Amino acid sequence: MKVKYFAWLRQKTGVAEEDVTLPDDVRTVQHLVDFLSRRSPRHAEAFSEAKIFGAAVDQQVVQFDASIADAREVAFFPPFTGG
Amino acid sequence: MTVRLQREDFDVGAEIEALTRGTPRIGAVVSFVGLVRDLHVREGYHRDAVQALTLEHWPGVTEKALADIEAEAQQRWPLDATLIVHRYGRLEPGERIVLVLTASPHRDAAFDACRFLIDWLKTKAPFWKLEETPVGDKWVEAHGDDDAAAQKWEKK
Repeated sequence: MKVKYFAWLRQKTGVAEEDVTLPDDVRTVQHLVDFLSRRSPRHAEAFSEAKIFGAAVDQQVVQFDASIADAREVAFFPPFTGG
Repeated sequence: MTVRLQREDFDVGAEIEALTRGTPRIGAVVSFVGLVRDLHVREGYHRDAVQALTLEHWPGVTEKALADIEAEAQQRWPLDATLIVHRYGRLEPGERIVLVLTASPHRDAAFDACRFLIDWLKTKAPFWKLEETPVGDKWVEAHGDDDAAAQKWEKK
């Protein structure tokens, strides 16, 4: 599965996107956050920020309890600040 | 019914002309133009000078989000034409960031739809702003005011 990071999540993790192979017990977005947090100290720091961030599964914005079963791509990003 | 994402600047007059040409039933065009400010007020007290900002987006997904927002406006109001142009990349204070145009036979729909589009665009389309300030680069945080403005348009 592909994981994408935007804005300060990309800066903190140091990667724009990466491929991950997930164990069977990683079934939701929150599980994925916990799993990725163990990937490197930079990931741990990015995801341990008190700051709020959002997620999208296959380009649809979701809540953290959403399933990632069969997902091709999960993205993490800060709240949008366009306009 | 057009959405454009581009690095380059836009000409407001030319865009209005292009939007309305050939549609004489249009009686009103409302425009919103967002500019880069040279000062960022955070939480009402902390002020930083802004030397430039860089707008990041999510290619493909940002365009889709803008098109969805535009389609929602089309559903809610009798609009003859709409245009959203959003720039990305590095911009300096005074530069134009975003243009929203709405056109309708009468002004009410154009005014309301324009306000709706900019309010929703700010919170529902994937863009992120990185500001260059004298004390270093800072990611712009989401504003409660913007969320409240977008929330006003949620259907009860």
